[in-house]
Amino acid sequence: MPRSVAPHPEERSQRARFEGRAAPLQFLTTPALWVAILFVALLVTMPDTGPIFHWAFPQVEPPVYQRGTFVALFLSHAGIVGVASLAATFTGIVAAIFVTRPAGRDFRSIIDALATIGQTFPPAAVLALAVPAIGFGPLPTVVALYLYGLLPIVQNAVAGIETVPPAVRDAAAGMGMSPLQILARVELPLAAPVILAGIRVAVTIGIGTATIGSTVGALTLGTPIFDGIGGNKIPLVLQGAALVALFAIVTDLMFARLEDRLRPSSAR
Amino acid sequence: MIEIDRVRKTYDGRTVVDDLSLTVPDGAFCVFLGPSGCGKSTTLRMINRLVTTDSGTIRVDGEDIASLPEAALRRRIGYAIQSTGLFPHWRVEDNIATVPRLLGWPRGRIADRVTELLELFRLAPETYRRKYPHELSGGEQQRVGVARALAADPALLLMDEPFAAVDPITRDALQAELARIHKSTGKTIVFVTHDIDEALRLATDIAILNRGRVAQFATPQDLLENPASDFVRDFVGTQGIGLKLLSVRKVRERMRPGETAEGAPISADAPLRDALSLMTVRAAALLPVADESGRVVGTIALSDLVR
Repeated sequence: MPRSVAPHPEERSQRARFEGRAAPLQFLTTPALWVAILFVALLVTMPDTGPIFHWAFPQVEPPVYQRGTFVALFLSHAGIVGVASLAATFTGIVAAIFVTRPAGRDFRSIIDALATIGQTFPPAAVLALAVPAIGFGPLPTVVALYLYGLLPIVQNAVAGIETVPPAVRDAAAGMGMSPLQILARVELPLAAPVILAGIRVAVTIGIGTATIGSTVGALTLGTPIFDGIGGNKIPLVLQGAALVALFAIVTDLMFARLEDRLRPSSAR
Repeated sequence: MIEIDRVRKTYDGRTVVDDLSLTVPDGAFCVFLGPSGCGKSTTLRMINRLVTTDSGTIRVDGEDIASLPEAALRRRIGYAIQSTGLFPHWRVEDNIATVPRLLGWPRGRIADRVTELLELFRLAPETYRRKYPHELSGGEQQRVGVARALAADPALLLMDEPFAAVDPITRDALQAELARIHKSTGKTIVFVTHDIDEALRLATDIAILNRGRVAQFATPQDLLENPASDFVRDFVGTQGIGLKLLSVRKVRERMRPGETAEGAPISADAPLRDALSLMTVRAAALLPVADESGRVVGTIALSDLVR
Protein backbone atom coordinates (compact mmCIF):
# COMPACT_ATOMS: atom_id res chain seq x y z
CA MET A 1 0.00 0.00 0.00
CA PRO A 2 1.61 3.30 -1.03
CA ARG A 3 1.96 5.73 1.82
CA SER A 4 2.47 9.44 1.68
CA VAL A 5 6.06 10.16 2.61
CA ALA A 6 5.42 13.71 3.82
CA PRO A 7 4.60 13.63 7.53
CA HIS A 8 1.42 15.13 8.82
CA PRO A 9 2.03 18.83 9.64
CA GLU A 10 1.35 18.34 13.33
CA GLU A 11 3.69 15.40 13.47
CA ARG A 12 6.34 17.41 11.68
CA SER A 13 6.23 20.29 14.13
CA GLN A 14 6.35 17.82 17.00
CA ARG A 15 9.35 16.14 15.47
CA ALA A 16 11.07 19.46 14.86
CA ARG A 17 10.49 20.46 18.45
CA PHE A 18 11.91 17.20 19.70
CA GLU A 19 15.01 17.46 17.58
CA GLY A 20 15.58 21.09 18.53
CA ARG A 21 15.02 22.25 14.98
CA ALA A 22 12.17 24.64 15.73
CA ALA A 23 11.53 27.52 13.36
CA PRO A 24 14.17 30.26 13.97
CA LEU A 25 11.93 32.84 15.61
CA GLN A 26 9.41 30.47 17.16
CA PHE A 27 10.86 31.04 20.63
CA LEU A 28 9.56 34.62 20.48
CA THR A 29 6.02 33.29 20.83
CA THR A 30 6.71 31.41 24.04
CA PRO A 31 5.36 32.98 27.23
CA ALA A 32 8.34 31.66 29.23
CA LEU A 33 10.64 34.05 27.39
CA TRP A 34 8.48 37.13 27.95
CA VAL A 35 7.86 36.41 31.62
CA ALA A 36 11.60 35.84 32.04
CA ILE A 37 12.36 39.19 30.43
CA LEU A 38 9.81 40.89 32.65
CA PHE A 39 11.31 39.20 35.71
CA VAL A 40 14.90 40.22 34.91
CA ALA A 41 13.83 43.76 34.05
CA LEU A 42 11.98 44.09 37.33
CA LEU A 43 14.90 42.59 39.24
CA VAL A 44 17.32 45.13 37.81
CA THR A 45 15.10 48.21 37.80
CA MET A 46 13.39 47.70 41.18
CA PRO A 47 15.62 50.25 42.94
CA ASP A 48 14.52 52.85 40.37
CA THR A 49 10.88 52.40 41.29
CA GLY A 50 11.39 54.44 44.47
CA PRO A 51 9.40 57.46 43.25
CA ILE A 52 6.40 55.29 42.34
CA PHE A 53 6.30 53.56 45.71
CA HIS A 54 6.97 56.90 47.43
CA TRP A 55 3.96 58.36 45.63
CA ALA A 56 1.80 55.39 46.62
CA PHE A 57 3.07 55.05 50.18
CA PRO A 58 4.43 58.53 51.12
CA GLN A 59 4.83 57.68 54.81
CA VAL A 60 7.26 54.74 54.13
CA GLU A 61 10.96 55.61 54.09
CA PRO A 62 12.89 54.29 52.27
CA PRO A 63 10.25 53.19 49.74
CA VAL A 64 12.52 50.48 48.26
CA TYR A 65 14.58 47.72 49.88
CA GLN A 66 18.11 49.15 50.14
CA ARG A 67 20.19 46.82 52.29
CA GLY A 68 21.39 44.95 49.24
CA THR A 69 20.60 44.54 45.57
CA PHE A 70 17.65 42.46 44.42
CA VAL A 71 20.01 40.69 42.05
CA ALA A 72 22.11 39.50 45.00
CA LEU A 73 18.97 38.39 46.85
CA PHE A 74 17.82 36.50 43.77
CA LEU A 75 21.18 34.78 43.29
CA SER A 76 21.25 33.67 46.92
CA HIS A 77 17.60 32.56 46.72
CA ALA A 78 18.19 30.62 43.52
CA GLY A 79 21.32 29.06 45.00
CA ILE A 80 19.47 27.81 48.08
CA VAL A 81 16.59 26.37 46.04
CA GLY A 82 19.03 24.95 43.49
CA VAL A 83 21.22 23.13 46.01
CA ALA A 84 18.22 21.78 47.94
CA SER A 85 16.45 20.66 44.75
CA LEU A 86 19.54 19.01 43.29
CA ALA A 87 20.08 17.10 46.52
CA ALA A 88 16.40 16.13 46.73
CA THR A 89 16.38 15.09 43.08
CA PHE A 90 19.45 12.96 43.50
CA THR A 91 18.26 11.25 46.69
CA GLY A 92 14.71 10.98 45.41
CA ILE A 93 15.68 9.26 42.18
CA VAL A 94 18.17 6.96 43.89
CA ALA A 95 15.51 6.01 46.45
CA ALA A 96 12.92 5.45 43.71
CA ILE A 97 15.33 3.26 41.73
CA PHE A 98 16.09 1.28 44.87
CA VAL A 99 12.49 0.56 45.83
CA THR A 100 11.59 -0.46 42.27
CA ARG A 101 14.34 -3.14 42.19
CA PRO A 102 13.44 -6.64 43.35
CA ALA A 103 15.88 -6.27 46.27
CA GLY A 104 14.39 -3.00 47.49
CA ARG A 105 10.71 -3.75 47.00
CA ASP A 106 10.20 -4.36 50.73
CA PHE A 107 11.46 -0.86 51.53
CA ARG A 108 8.85 0.78 49.38
CA SER A 109 6.46 1.55 52.23
CA ILE A 110 9.27 2.84 54.47
CA ILE A 111 10.54 5.23 51.81
CA ASP A 112 6.99 6.37 51.10
CA ALA A 113 6.40 7.02 54.79
CA LEU A 114 9.67 8.92 55.23
CA ALA A 115 8.97 11.11 52.22
CA THR A 116 5.45 11.80 53.46
CA ILE A 117 6.75 12.80 56.88
CA GLY A 118 9.22 15.14 55.16
CA GLN A 119 6.33 16.74 53.35
CA THR A 120 3.91 17.00 56.27
CA PHE A 121 6.52 18.45 58.60
CA PRO A 122 6.10 22.21 58.12
CA PRO A 123 9.26 23.86 56.78
CA ALA A 124 8.96 26.49 59.53
CA ALA A 125 9.20 23.74 62.12
CA VAL A 126 12.20 22.26 60.31
CA LEU A 127 13.87 25.68 60.51
CA ALA A 128 13.11 25.96 64.21
CA LEU A 129 14.70 22.57 64.82
CA ALA A 130 17.59 23.02 62.40
CA VAL A 131 18.83 26.38 63.65
CA PRO A 132 19.94 25.13 67.08
CA ALA A 133 21.68 22.22 65.41
CA ILE A 134 23.42 23.91 62.50
CA GLY A 135 23.18 27.61 63.25
CA PHE A 136 21.88 30.61 61.32
CA GLY A 137 22.49 31.16 57.61
CA PRO A 138 21.33 29.49 54.42
CA LEU A 139 21.93 25.90 55.54
CA PRO A 140 18.77 25.35 57.67
CA THR A 141 16.68 26.56 54.72
CA VAL A 142 18.45 24.17 52.37
CA VAL A 143 17.65 21.33 54.79
CA ALA A 144 14.00 22.35 55.08
CA LEU A 145 13.55 22.64 51.31
CA TYR A 146 15.36 19.38 50.75
CA LEU A 147 13.00 17.49 53.06
CA TYR A 148 10.00 19.28 51.61
CA GLY A 149 10.97 18.47 48.03
CA LEU A 150 11.66 14.78 48.52
CA LEU A 151 8.06 13.60 48.48
CA PRO A 152 6.96 14.80 45.03
CA ILE A 153 10.26 13.68 43.53
CA VAL A 154 10.25 10.19 45.07
CA GLN A 155 6.58 9.66 44.34
CA ASN A 156 6.83 10.76 40.74
CA ALA A 157 10.03 8.83 40.11
CA VAL A 158 8.47 5.64 41.49
CA ALA A 159 5.30 6.24 39.49
CA GLY A 160 7.33 7.00 36.37
CA ILE A 161 9.41 3.86 36.64
CA GLU A 162 6.33 1.77 37.38
CA THR A 163 4.49 3.02 34.32
CA VAL A 164 7.03 1.32 32.08
CA PRO A 165 4.89 -1.45 30.53
CA PRO A 166 5.81 -4.94 31.78
CA ALA A 167 6.04 -6.12 28.16
CA VAL A 168 8.72 -3.51 27.47
CA ARG A 169 10.75 -4.62 30.47
CA ASP A 170 10.26 -8.26 29.54
CA ALA A 171 11.40 -7.63 25.97
CA ALA A 172 14.45 -5.72 27.18
CA ALA A 173 15.48 -8.54 29.51
CA GLY A 174 14.67 -11.19 26.92
CA MET A 175 16.95 -9.56 24.38
CA GLY A 176 19.86 -9.66 26.80
CA MET A 177 20.01 -6.19 28.34
CA SER A 178 21.61 -6.21 31.78
CA PRO A 179 19.57 -4.78 34.67
CA LEU A 180 21.69 -1.63 34.51
CA GLN A 181 21.12 -1.30 30.77
CA ILE A 182 17.38 -1.75 31.27
CA LEU A 183 17.42 1.01 33.89
CA ALA A 184 19.55 3.45 31.92
CA ARG A 185 18.22 2.83 28.40
CA VAL A 186 14.60 1.94 29.02
CA GLU A 187 13.21 2.71 32.46
CA LEU A 188 14.73 6.12 33.19
CA PRO A 189 14.20 7.57 29.70
CA LEU A 190 10.56 6.43 29.74
CA ALA A 191 10.05 7.73 33.28
CA ALA A 192 11.82 11.04 32.54
CA PRO A 193 8.75 13.19 31.84
CA VAL A 194 7.03 12.02 35.03
CA ILE A 195 10.22 12.42 37.09
CA LEU A 196 10.64 15.91 35.67
CA ALA A 197 7.07 16.78 36.66
CA GLY A 198 7.95 15.85 40.24
CA ILE A 199 11.09 17.99 40.20
CA ARG A 200 9.00 20.82 38.77
CA VAL A 201 6.60 20.66 41.71
CA ALA A 202 9.45 20.50 44.23
CA VAL A 203 11.33 23.44 42.71
CA THR A 204 8.30 25.65 42.20
CA ILE A 205 7.05 25.12 45.74
CA GLY A 206 10.62 25.46 47.00
CA ILE A 207 10.95 28.90 45.45
CA GLY A 208 7.98 30.14 47.45
CA THR A 209 8.90 28.32 50.64
CA ALA A 210 12.52 29.51 50.60
CA THR A 211 11.33 33.00 51.54
CA ILE A 212 10.78 31.96 55.17
CA GLY A 213 14.52 31.20 55.30
CA SER A 214 15.00 34.95 55.65
CA THR A 215 13.80 34.65 59.25
CA VAL A 216 16.86 32.55 60.12
CA GLY A 217 19.54 34.46 58.27
CA ALA A 218 19.27 33.19 54.71
CA LEU A 219 19.34 35.89 52.03
CA THR A 220 16.37 35.39 49.76
CA LEU A 221 13.78 37.45 47.98
CA GLY A 222 11.81 36.89 51.18
CA THR A 223 14.20 39.20 53.04
CA PRO A 224 12.45 42.41 51.91
CA ILE A 225 9.10 40.77 52.69
CA PHE A 226 10.04 40.06 56.31
CA ASP A 227 11.77 43.47 56.62
CA GLY A 228 8.54 44.98 55.37
CA ILE A 229 6.39 42.99 57.77
CA GLY A 230 8.68 43.83 60.69
CA GLY A 231 8.87 47.55 59.90
CA ASN A 232 5.29 47.82 58.65
CA LYS A 233 6.61 48.77 55.20
CA ILE A 234 4.08 47.51 52.64
CA PRO A 235 6.18 48.51 49.57
CA LEU A 236 9.00 46.16 50.61
CA VAL A 237 6.52 43.31 51.01
CA LEU A 238 5.09 44.02 47.56
CA GLN A 239 8.53 44.20 45.94
CA GLY A 240 9.68 40.91 47.43
CA ALA A 241 6.39 39.13 46.79
CA ALA A 242 6.20 40.25 43.16
CA LEU A 243 9.71 39.05 42.44
CA VAL A 244 9.20 35.70 44.19
CA ALA A 245 5.98 35.10 42.30
CA LEU A 246 7.56 35.96 38.97
CA PHE A 247 10.58 33.80 39.77
CA ALA A 248 8.30 30.83 40.48
CA ILE A 249 6.24 31.40 37.34
CA VAL A 250 9.29 31.71 35.08
CA THR A 251 10.75 28.52 36.52
CA ASP A 252 7.47 26.67 36.14
CA LEU A 253 7.11 27.74 32.51
CA MET A 254 10.66 26.66 31.77
CA PHE A 255 9.98 23.24 33.25
CA ALA A 256 6.85 23.01 31.13
CA ARG A 257 8.98 23.64 28.05
CA LEU A 258 11.46 21.00 29.12
CA GLU A 259 8.69 18.46 29.69
CA ASP A 260 7.31 19.19 26.24
CA ARG A 261 10.70 18.43 24.79
CA LEU A 262 10.93 15.13 26.58
CA ARG A 263 7.44 13.98 25.85
CA PRO A 264 7.05 13.48 22.08
CA SER A 265 9.76 10.84 22.07
CA SER A 266 8.08 8.84 24.76
CA ALA A 267 4.46 9.59 24.03
CA ARG A 268 2.61 6.42 25.05
CA MET B 1 18.34 -28.43 18.64
CA ILE B 2 16.72 -27.77 22.00
CA GLU B 3 16.68 -30.58 24.52
CA ILE B 4 14.41 -29.98 27.48
CA ASP B 5 15.13 -32.66 30.03
CA ARG B 6 12.85 -33.26 33.02
CA VAL B 7 12.41 -29.60 33.95
CA ARG B 8 10.21 -28.56 36.80
CA LYS B 9 8.98 -25.19 38.04
CA THR B 10 6.93 -24.49 41.11
CA TYR B 11 5.45 -21.14 42.13
CA ASP B 12 4.33 -20.94 45.75
CA GLY B 13 3.77 -24.67 45.95
CA ARG B 14 1.83 -24.74 42.67
CA THR B 15 3.57 -26.87 40.06
CA VAL B 16 3.48 -25.06 36.73
CA VAL B 17 5.93 -27.22 34.80
CA ASP B 18 6.04 -30.82 35.94
CA ASP B 19 8.93 -33.04 34.88
CA LEU B 20 8.62 -31.92 31.29
CA SER B 21 10.87 -33.36 28.58
CA LEU B 22 10.87 -32.40 24.94
CA THR B 23 13.33 -32.27 22.05
CA VAL B 24 12.89 -29.67 19.34
CA PRO B 25 14.85 -30.59 16.22
CA ASP B 26 16.86 -28.02 14.24
CA GLY B 27 14.79 -26.07 11.76
CA ALA B 28 11.51 -27.10 13.35
CA PHE B 29 8.58 -24.80 13.81
CA CYS B 30 7.57 -26.13 17.20
CA VAL B 31 4.34 -24.84 18.71
CA PHE B 32 3.59 -25.16 22.40
CA LEU B 33 -0.17 -25.38 22.51
CA GLY B 34 -2.48 -25.62 25.45
CA PRO B 35 -5.05 -23.94 27.66
CA SER B 36 -3.98 -21.01 29.82
CA GLY B 37 -2.00 -22.09 32.85
CA CYS B 38 -0.71 -25.25 31.15
CA GLY B 39 2.90 -24.09 31.50
CA LYS B 40 3.57 -23.37 27.83
CA SER B 41 4.73 -19.81 28.35
CA THR B 42 6.79 -20.73 31.41
CA THR B 43 8.52 -23.50 29.48
CA LEU B 44 9.30 -21.10 26.63
CA ARG B 45 10.72 -18.55 29.04
CA MET B 46 12.93 -21.19 30.61
CA ILE B 47 14.74 -21.60 27.32
CA ASN B 48 16.19 -18.07 27.53
CA ARG B 49 16.26 -18.17 31.32
CA LEU B 50 13.71 -15.43 31.89
CA VAL B 51 12.34 -18.12 34.19
CA THR B 52 14.77 -20.27 36.15
CA THR B 53 14.19 -24.00 36.37
CA ASP B 54 13.80 -25.62 39.78
CA SER B 55 15.29 -28.83 38.47
CA GLY B 56 16.15 -30.46 35.17
CA THR B 57 18.33 -29.19 32.34
CA ILE B 58 17.82 -27.44 29.05
CA ARG B 59 20.44 -27.74 26.34
CA VAL B 60 20.60 -25.56 23.24
CA ASP B 61 22.84 -27.03 20.55
CA GLY B 62 24.26 -29.39 23.14
CA GLU B 63 25.19 -26.64 25.62
CA ASP B 64 23.57 -26.53 29.02
CA ILE B 65 22.00 -23.06 29.15
CA ALA B 66 22.72 -22.81 32.88
CA SER B 67 26.44 -22.80 32.07
CA LEU B 68 26.17 -19.75 29.81
CA PRO B 69 26.11 -16.10 30.93
CA GLU B 70 22.49 -14.98 30.96
CA ALA B 71 22.96 -11.93 28.71
CA ALA B 72 25.08 -13.81 26.17
CA LEU B 73 22.50 -16.61 25.98
CA ARG B 74 19.63 -14.18 25.40
CA ARG B 75 21.48 -12.16 22.79
CA ARG B 76 21.83 -15.22 20.60
CA ILE B 77 18.18 -16.25 20.95
CA GLY B 78 15.52 -14.14 19.24
CA TYR B 79 12.59 -13.17 21.46
CA ALA B 80 9.23 -11.78 20.39
CA ILE B 81 6.17 -11.37 22.60
CA GLN B 82 2.53 -10.41 22.58
CA SER B 83 1.98 -6.63 22.43
CA THR B 84 5.51 -6.43 21.03
CA GLY B 85 7.29 -4.76 23.94
CA LEU B 86 8.72 -2.25 21.48
CA PHE B 87 10.60 0.56 23.20
CA PRO B 88 8.22 3.50 22.78
CA HIS B 89 10.99 6.10 23.03
CA TRP B 90 13.07 4.56 20.26
CA ARG B 91 12.52 4.77 16.53
CA VAL B 92 11.83 1.63 14.53
CA GLU B 93 15.47 1.44 13.45
CA ASP B 94 16.73 1.74 17.02
CA ASN B 95 14.30 -0.91 18.19
CA ILE B 96 15.43 -3.35 15.52
CA ALA B 97 19.06 -2.51 16.26
CA THR B 98 18.74 -3.40 19.96
CA VAL B 99 20.58 -6.72 19.99
CA PRO B 100 23.15 -5.84 17.30
CA ARG B 101 24.06 -2.79 19.40
CA LEU B 102 24.33 -4.89 22.54
CA LEU B 103 26.64 -7.15 20.56
CA GLY B 104 28.69 -4.14 19.43
CA TRP B 105 28.18 -4.45 15.69
CA PRO B 106 29.65 -1.58 13.64
CA ARG B 107 27.17 1.14 12.61
CA GLY B 108 27.20 0.41 8.91
CA ARG B 109 26.44 -3.25 9.41
CA ILE B 110 23.56 -2.41 11.76
CA ALA B 111 22.06 0.07 9.28
CA ASP B 112 22.28 -2.50 6.49
CA ARG B 113 20.68 -5.15 8.67
CA VAL B 114 17.79 -2.83 9.60
CA THR B 115 17.15 -2.13 5.92
CA GLU B 116 17.28 -5.83 5.12
CA LEU B 117 14.81 -6.74 7.85
CA LEU B 118 12.35 -3.96 7.02
CA GLU B 119 12.38 -5.19 3.44
CA LEU B 120 11.88 -8.77 4.59
CA PHE B 121 8.71 -7.63 6.37
CA ARG B 122 7.65 -5.48 3.42
CA LEU B 123 7.93 -2.23 5.35
CA ALA B 124 9.48 0.41 3.08
CA PRO B 125 12.75 1.21 4.92
CA GLU B 126 12.88 4.91 4.04
CA THR B 127 9.31 5.40 5.34
CA TYR B 128 9.50 3.25 8.44
CA ARG B 129 12.97 3.40 9.93
CA ARG B 130 12.50 6.89 11.41
CA LYS B 131 9.02 6.28 12.82
CA TYR B 132 8.19 5.80 16.47
CA PRO B 133 6.22 2.71 17.51
CA HIS B 134 3.10 4.74 18.30
CA GLU B 135 3.02 5.92 14.71
CA LEU B 136 2.59 2.34 13.49
CA SER B 137 -0.51 0.16 13.21
CA GLY B 138 -0.80 -2.94 15.39
CA GLY B 139 0.27 -5.21 12.57
CA GLU B 140 3.24 -3.02 11.72
CA GLN B 141 4.31 -2.95 15.35
CA GLN B 142 4.15 -6.73 15.49
CA ARG B 143 6.23 -6.98 12.30
CA VAL B 144 8.84 -4.69 13.82
CA GLY B 145 8.76 -6.80 16.98
CA VAL B 146 9.54 -9.94 15.00
CA ALA B 147 12.12 -8.10 12.90
CA ARG B 148 13.81 -7.01 16.13
CA ALA B 149 13.89 -10.61 17.32
CA LEU B 150 15.57 -11.62 14.07
CA ALA B 151 18.04 -8.73 14.03
CA ALA B 152 21.19 -10.50 15.14
CA ASP B 153 20.30 -13.49 12.94
CA PRO B 154 19.75 -15.94 15.80
CA ALA B 155 19.46 -19.63 14.91
CA LEU B 156 16.64 -19.94 17.43
CA LEU B 157 13.57 -17.75 17.80
CA LEU B 158 11.22 -17.81 20.81
CA MET B 159 7.77 -16.32 20.27
CA ASP B 160 5.25 -15.96 23.07
CA GLU B 161 1.76 -15.51 21.59
CA PRO B 162 3.13 -12.85 19.26
CA PHE B 163 -0.06 -12.45 17.24
CA ALA B 164 -2.62 -12.76 20.03
CA ALA B 165 -3.32 -9.05 20.24
CA VAL B 166 -3.89 -8.22 16.56
CA ASP B 167 -7.10 -8.43 14.56
CA PRO B 168 -7.88 -11.63 12.61
CA ILE B 169 -7.05 -10.22 9.19
CA THR B 170 -3.71 -8.85 10.32
CA ARG B 171 -3.01 -12.08 12.19
CA ASP B 172 -3.63 -14.03 9.02
CA ALA B 173 -1.14 -11.87 7.11
CA LEU B 174 1.44 -12.10 9.90
CA GLN B 175 1.11 -15.88 10.04
CA ALA B 176 1.66 -16.10 6.30
CA GLU B 177 4.74 -13.90 6.61
CA LEU B 178 6.15 -15.90 9.48
CA ALA B 179 5.62 -19.15 7.58
CA ARG B 180 7.43 -17.62 4.61
CA ILE B 181 10.30 -16.44 6.78
CA HIS B 182 10.59 -19.80 8.51
CA LYS B 183 10.75 -21.50 5.17
CA SER B 184 13.33 -19.13 3.71
CA THR B 185 15.63 -18.88 6.74
CA GLY B 186 15.40 -22.38 8.17
CA LYS B 187 15.47 -21.04 11.71
CA THR B 188 14.28 -23.09 14.64
CA ILE B 189 11.17 -21.45 16.03
CA VAL B 190 9.45 -22.19 19.32
CA PHE B 191 6.04 -20.57 19.32
CA VAL B 192 3.50 -20.40 22.13
CA THR B 193 -0.20 -20.10 21.38
CA HIS B 194 -3.58 -21.25 22.66
CA ASP B 195 -5.06 -21.02 19.17
CA ILE B 196 -5.36 -24.49 17.63
CA ASP B 197 -5.84 -23.13 14.10
CA GLU B 198 -2.73 -20.99 14.37
CA ALA B 199 -0.79 -24.03 15.56
CA LEU B 200 -2.09 -26.25 12.76
CA ARG B 201 -1.26 -23.64 10.20
CA LEU B 202 2.29 -22.87 11.26
CA ALA B 203 3.74 -25.85 13.07
CA THR B 204 5.92 -28.67 11.87
CA ASP B 205 5.63 -30.12 15.37
CA ILE B 206 3.06 -29.41 18.05
CA ALA B 207 3.53 -30.04 21.74
CA ILE B 208 0.16 -30.04 23.49
CA LEU B 209 0.74 -29.16 27.11
CA ASN B 210 -1.57 -29.87 30.01
CA ARG B 211 -0.87 -29.17 33.67
CA GLY B 212 2.83 -28.73 33.08
CA ARG B 213 3.28 -31.94 31.15
CA VAL B 214 3.43 -32.85 27.47
CA ALA B 215 0.10 -34.43 26.58
CA GLN B 216 1.24 -35.20 23.06
CA PHE B 217 4.15 -34.20 20.84
CA ALA B 218 3.42 -34.87 17.19
CA THR B 219 3.05 -33.43 13.73
CA PRO B 220 -0.18 -31.51 13.16
CA GLN B 221 -1.58 -34.29 10.99
CA ASP B 222 -0.69 -37.00 13.48
CA LEU B 223 -2.25 -34.98 16.26
CA LEU B 224 -5.56 -34.78 14.42
CA GLU B 225 -5.56 -38.35 13.18
CA ASN B 226 -4.23 -40.08 16.30
CA PRO B 227 -4.91 -38.02 19.41
CA ALA B 228 -3.10 -39.66 22.32
CA SER B 229 -5.70 -38.94 24.96
CA ASP B 230 -9.18 -37.60 25.56
CA PHE B 231 -7.63 -34.32 26.65
CA VAL B 232 -5.91 -33.92 23.29
CA ARG B 233 -9.05 -34.96 21.44
CA ASP B 234 -11.12 -32.43 23.38
CA PHE B 235 -8.56 -29.67 23.04
CA VAL B 236 -8.16 -30.16 19.31
CA GLY B 237 -11.92 -30.11 19.13
CA THR B 238 -14.25 -32.56 17.50
CA GLN B 239 -16.26 -29.87 15.78
CA GLY B 240 -14.90 -29.09 12.35
CA ILE B 241 -12.23 -31.73 12.73
CA GLY B 242 -12.64 -32.64 9.05
CA LEU B 243 -11.82 -29.09 7.99
CA LYS B 244 -8.82 -29.09 10.32
CA LEU B 245 -7.61 -32.29 8.71
CA LEU B 246 -8.00 -30.70 5.29
CA SER B 247 -5.93 -27.77 6.49
CA VAL B 248 -2.96 -29.92 7.52
CA ARG B 249 -3.00 -32.33 4.58
CA LYS B 250 -1.25 -31.17 1.45
CA VAL B 251 -2.58 -31.30 -2.11
CA ARG B 252 0.60 -33.22 -3.04
CA GLU B 253 -0.51 -36.21 -0.95
CA ARG B 254 -3.78 -36.69 -2.88
CA MET B 255 -3.07 -35.45 -6.37
CA ARG B 256 -3.20 -37.56 -9.51
CA PRO B 257 0.19 -37.09 -11.17
CA GLY B 258 0.46 -36.66 -14.90
CA GLU B 259 -3.13 -35.62 -15.54
CA THR B 260 -4.16 -32.13 -16.57
CA ALA B 261 -7.25 -30.01 -16.20
CA GLU B 262 -8.60 -26.60 -17.20
CA GLY B 263 -8.12 -23.39 -15.20
CA ALA B 264 -5.48 -21.76 -13.02
CA PRO B 265 -3.54 -24.39 -11.04
CA ILE B 266 -3.27 -24.75 -7.27
CA SER B 267 0.13 -25.29 -5.62
CA ALA B 268 1.02 -28.84 -4.68
CA ASP B 269 2.12 -27.51 -1.27
CA ALA B 270 -1.21 -25.83 -0.55
CA PRO B 271 -3.42 -27.48 2.06
CA LEU B 272 -6.39 -29.50 0.84
CA ARG B 273 -8.59 -26.92 2.53
CA ASP B 274 -7.51 -24.35 -0.08
CA ALA B 275 -8.32 -26.84 -2.83
CA LEU B 276 -11.81 -27.34 -1.42
CA SER B 277 -12.27 -23.59 -1.16
CA LEU B 278 -11.14 -23.05 -4.72
CA MET B 279 -13.44 -25.81 -6.01
CA THR B 280 -16.36 -24.23 -4.20
CA VAL B 281 -15.62 -20.81 -5.66
CA ARG B 282 -15.13 -22.11 -9.20
CA ALA B 283 -17.95 -24.64 -8.94
CA ALA B 284 -15.51 -27.18 -10.35
CA ALA B 285 -14.78 -30.66 -9.04
CA LEU B 286 -11.35 -30.85 -10.67
CA LEU B 287 -8.31 -28.58 -10.34
CA PRO B 288 -4.92 -28.64 -12.03
CA VAL B 289 -1.96 -28.86 -9.60
CA ALA B 290 1.34 -27.05 -10.18
CA ASP B 291 4.77 -27.57 -8.58
CA GLU B 292 6.97 -24.80 -7.19
CA SER B 293 8.02 -23.63 -10.65
CA GLY B 294 4.37 -23.25 -11.70
CA ARG B 295 4.43 -26.24 -14.06
CA VAL B 296 1.23 -28.33 -14.04
CA VAL B 297 2.13 -31.74 -12.67
CA GLY B 298 -1.25 -33.31 -12.00
CA THR B 299 -4.83 -32.80 -10.91
CA ILE B 300 -6.90 -33.09 -7.81
CA ALA B 301 -10.58 -33.98 -7.72
CA LEU B 302 -13.23 -33.35 -5.12
CA SER B 303 -13.42 -37.08 -4.43
CA ASP B 304 -9.66 -37.10 -3.68
CA LEU B 305 -10.25 -34.86 -0.69
CA VAL B 306 -12.38 -37.43 1.08
CA ARG B 307 -10.51 -40.57 0.08
